[in-house]
Amino acid sequence: MKKRVLCILVILLVASPLVLFAGGAQEESGMIKVGIVNLPPEESGYRQANVEAMNSVFSKENGYDAKQTNTGDNTEQIAAAKGYIRDGVDYLLISAANASGWDDTLKSAKDAGIKVILFDRLIDTDKANFQAALVSDMAYEGDMATQWVLSLGLDKINLILIRGQMGSAAEIGRSAAVLKAAGAGKLKIVADGTGGDSWSLEEARKVVEAAIAAGKDFNVIYAQNDGMAQGAVQALEAAGISHGKSGKVKVIGFDFNRFALRNVQAGYWDADMQCNPRQAAEISKWIKSGSLPSGIQYQKELLLTTDTITDELIDQWGINADPGKGVITR
Amino acid sequence: MNMQKVMTRMSHLVLPISVLLLLIIINLIKGADYFSITVVKGALYGNIPNILFGASELVILTIGMTLVTAASQGQDISIGVSATITSAIFVLFVINAAEVTLVTIIAGFLISCVAGLLIGAFNGILVSIFKVQPMVATLILFTGGRSIAFMIDGKLSPILANDISNQIGTVIPGVPIQTPIILTVVFIIITAWVLKTTNLRLYAQSVGINPSAARLNGINPKKIIFLTFLIMGVCTAVAGFIAVNKAGRHDSVNLLKLIMMDAILAVAIGGNSLSGGKFSITGSIIGAYTIEMLNRTLLRLEVEPEAIKAFKAVFIIILMVVSSPVVRDFTRKIMDRVRTLGLIDGVLKRHAPETAAVSSPGSIKRKEE
Repeated sequence: MKKRVLCILVILLVASPLVLFAGGAQEESGMIKVGIVNLPPEESGYRQANVEAMNSVFSKENGYDAKQTNTGDNTEQIAAAKGYIRDGVDYLLISAANASGWDDTLKSAKDAGIKVILFDRLIDTDKANFQAALVSDMAYEGDMATQWVLSLGLDKINLILIRGQMGSAAEIGRSAAVLKAAGAGKLKIVADGTGGDSWSLEEARKVVEAAIAAGKDFNVIYAQNDGMAQGAVQALEAAGISHGKSGKVKVIGFDFNRFALRNVQAGYWDADMQCNPRQAAEISKWIKSGSLPSGIQYQKELLLTTDTITDELIDQWGINADPGKGVITR
Repeated sequence: MNMQKVMTRMSHLVLPISVLLLLIIINLIKGADYFSITVVKGALYGNIPNILFGASELVILTIGMTLVTAASQGQDISIGVSATITSAIFVLFVINAAEVTLVTIIAGFLISCVAGLLIGAFNGILVSIFKVQPMVATLILFTGGRSIAFMIDGKLSPILANDISNQIGTVIPGVPIQTPIILTVVFIIITAWVLKTTNLRLYAQSVGINPSAARLNGINPKKIIFLTFLIMGVCTAVAGFIAVNKAGRHDSVNLLKLIMMDAILAVAIGGNSLSGGKFSITGSIIGAYTIEMLNRTLLRLEVEPEAIKAFKAVFIIILMVVSSPVVRDFTRKIMDRVRTLGLIDGVLKRHAPETAAVSSPGSIKRKEE
């Protein structure tokens, strides 16, 4: 008897959300229906900015009836996408947690006449399975940053490379140009380290401390995100090595955290390379214009130096908290 | 006699110290200037200060982990996340203060300690009263805790750009040692004092060895396990405080990420059993510094970034095999044999029965201990 009651309870528990959500799917006429499958904002400041842009662009005021699922679990993401396909959305926007396992879902969306747009992250699938993708080109970011290093006019470039998570798309893309330049003899990599899987500030600091302890002579730090650049600069500070605009060591970070941009503005660092999380506006422009591009599209991204940085740009493109003008984050 | 006493007391430190010595030798082979210390901007600078500086959070967390392991026979895997939450509360308090003074910082720190105690109480209740396995109980916070910290941060990573924070994370002008090192030493001294003046060590060990026997002897295992988790909570608050002041901003995603792995490893290198019972905090602390030194040794040897994890794994496997009971028993047997041979040799050479007479009561006494 007890068992049966328990069974019924469990069934009710499982079924109740289905019933609740079935009631929630209402038609709204005249609106463009969009289903957004994204990663959770607490993943990073970058993702927070990304989700925020999605929320503000795909709003009722802008003529969208948008539903959003934010999860880091690929299975849940696929389930959500299938739900949106059943709901009959017009556009399905996906930033996948995992690049594989999406083929069936994408095909069924295509069969249902739903346009799939990937944003921020690509999926390993046939190009025919999605309409368009808008992503950051990590290799482009690496190119821009390396061009900047080469254009500094240093007699001899001795560079410390601090990579992100080994094998991640960002690490591969951002390393490629530097490694190529080193291979061509345009610069010398005196230390090659990584911040590990968490792009760790502490690990980056250790890489630079090890280089200093080994008596290496270096004048450029190329850190593949802002946190690691910060760790590297902490190591320089502790060792009494000058850096920044009027210093010996030139420092570049990535990602456009506002604290990093303020450091660049103050001349404490030298440059920062953007990785733009705000694809929403561009995608909305595509949808509204009625002519969707096809295939992979890359975003244009900025590299700001102590000379080109302005308050407006920091406000518009930065991510995470702004420490305020003139405040240096050490 | 005295020497023998010291030797038996130190015997459990043989493993961590020998591992440390091994790393020092490797580093000295790479370059003889390993211990050189210079003065930069009024503070000591060099490999050793760097290690002490870098390991500070790990050392503090390892102390808590040792106690939790000893009493609860399991590990707390939420420590990095707990430290992230407590430091988020600290940062929230400081950035909302009208003016950042030393009082603000201390008040913020005390509040974060209270948060640490609450987290410790949460984990402790699950483990001691509800008898959930420590690793499973702490898995809850490990999974969800960073989201909590993210919410406390207001979805942004707030900046801690004030002079006092900066001095806590680096050096106070006029003091030649980096502040995190000083804080760590103070924390170690407080821990040593607590263990010296209270029965915590005895109680934690007896609970860890056999909870039922401890209960029959009037020690309440629930209370002791709960208490060790409370201490762990304070440890996470202190570690979070140091970490966030070092970083200068609160990154809820990456702060002290995966540090529990290193803390558990430090406990193991320290010669402690991960299934509870007798423990040595000294060993764990040496273990923590050993791990920091190992990380830096790999960088000093310029291991390729692609291979660095594999190298670390190989080192750790070697350490663990060397420290395993099998190898330890084997070396002890060999050492005993060598000692006996030496003794016989001595007796034969000197023809002096006094030597044997003197040494035998010594060995009996040692057995009694």
